Amino acid sequence: MRAGALGAVLSVAGGVAWRTIHNVFTTPSLLLPGVLFPLLNFTAFAGGLSRLHDLPGFDFPPGYTAFQFVFILLQSAVFGGVFTGFGIARDFETGFTRRLLLAAPHRSGIVLGYAIGAAVRWLFTATVVTAVAFAVGMEVGGNGVDLFGLYALALLANVAGILWSTGVVMRLRTMQAGPIIQTPVFLALFFAPVYVPLDLLQGWIHGVASVNPVTHLLETGRSFVAGDAAGAGLAFAIAIGLAAGFALWALRGLRKAEAAG
Amino acid sequence: MTGTFWMQVAQLARRSIVRTIRQPAHVFPPLIFPLGLLAVNAGGLAPATKLPGFPTDSFLAFALAVPFIQGALFATMNAGTDLARDIQTGFLNRLALTPLRGGALVAGLLSGVVVMGVVQAGVYLTVGLLAGSGLASGAGGALVLLGLSALVALGFGAVGALLALRTGSGESVQGLFPLLFVFLFVSSMNLPRNLIEIDWFRFAATANPVSYLIEGIRSLVITGWDGQALALAFGVGTALAAVALAGSAVALRGRMTRT
Repeated sequence: MRAGALGAVLSVAGGVAWRTIHNVFTTPSLLLPGVLFPLLNFTAFAGGLSRLHDLPGFDFPPGYTAFQFVFILLQSAVFGGVFTGFGIARDFETGFTRRLLLAAPHRSGIVLGYAIGAAVRWLFTATVVTAVAFAVGMEVGGNGVDLFGLYALALLANVAGILWSTGVVMRLRTMQAGPIIQTPVFLALFFAPVYVPLDLLQGWIHGVASVNPVTHLLETGRSFVAGDAAGAGLAFAIAIGLAAGFALWALRGLRKAEAAG
Repeated sequence: MTGTFWMQVAQLARRSIVRTIRQPAHVFPPLIFPLGLLAVNAGGLAPATKLPGFPTDSFLAFALAVPFIQGALFATMNAGTDLARDIQTGFLNRLALTPLRGGALVAGLLSGVVVMGVVQAGVYLTVGLLAGSGLASGAGGALVLLGLSALVALGFGAVGALLALRTGSGESVQGLFPLLFVFLFVSSMNLPRNLIEIDWFRFAATANPVSYLIEGIRSLVITGWDGQALALAFGVGTALAAVALAGSAVALRGRMTRT
């Protein structure tokens, strides 16, 4: 990409990202659900199910709070992207995106801008969730590098989430796309070993979780917290692959939105 | 109560049911989402049955009570949103010009909610039985379960009506919905209270009335006839309905003021 084109992309991305961030942080009804939803799940899972740590074969030294924290962090990351996708749908319904498509000198910057907005939004949520987790006594076995790996993995999940939802919204251009965006994400997250390690799952859920790519992200995240970066290479390859695949999905969606006028 | 009153109730109940049926978004999510979560939890939390003292060896049977409450929460939101829309569109103001009694408005709306609640409960029970959960209390227990579901739907529906009448805004009702879900999450929905390890969570679950609604339904599924659990569930359901209906009546008086 030439310097001029790159500048145009970054200029558009900066404007869209700023608008997204401004809208979210000045509208409590947009900001709060994204923060409260993971905190509510964290309370219910880490608080209500901690006894599962006593199950035979459940071996996770940092404890059940840390075990659930990793799932909640990944969930908040993906849903941070999904919730931002709802904002894109709203922009289509109000006609803002149509004007944006007309005005932007390089339209790929629109997708990049929404992705940056989603990342900033999630970083705020991640900060709150992490602060609450440490406040309730979460123990971490990993060092700073391990934790950086955990947050990097979650950030990639956030990027995959926003690009997935962007691709859907660019094709459907309505708020009614909500269930189509959320349902596969919800299923992918909960068909992973959410409550207990993979080895303790039985029956059909074990089969599904074994082939679910989210399982690798989750287990590697938990390894980071335990201070053992087992499977990090595969997990990052999966996360980067998901983000790259959904980037293509989002950009092709953008072309369809352009064609629709 | 005159025949006219009941005719008004019947008309508004019919409107409430027809309006719900005509909105797929009000019919399918309350059926599919709780059943989806049941499937996920029944699979993912099955190892919890190995905890010493867990009351059954089937987590599906243990968790089957949750969709009944979750479905009722959806009914709360739907009832509240519909009533708020009536306020926002001016339908309630037009009704205020007629001889309609305020009580008939709420009773009609809630009759529709209760009918939908019982239909949902029938679906949850059927799916649970087909999936192999069993019903320890037998056929009689199924009838009691439907009765308790109707009471829960009435109680939560009245909460939805109260929220709508107080706020007059569908968006506000929907915004309060996640707060209602806190009551479900901080309850004995996933583990019996005596197996909850964290003290503050066990205390919150014990103080949470939703725990007793879940445990009443659960007792019919996994225990059989547990008089204490059923008395607590029916007592909590009746109290919830009474308080919410009283609040709705006060709020309705302000909304239906003839000027």
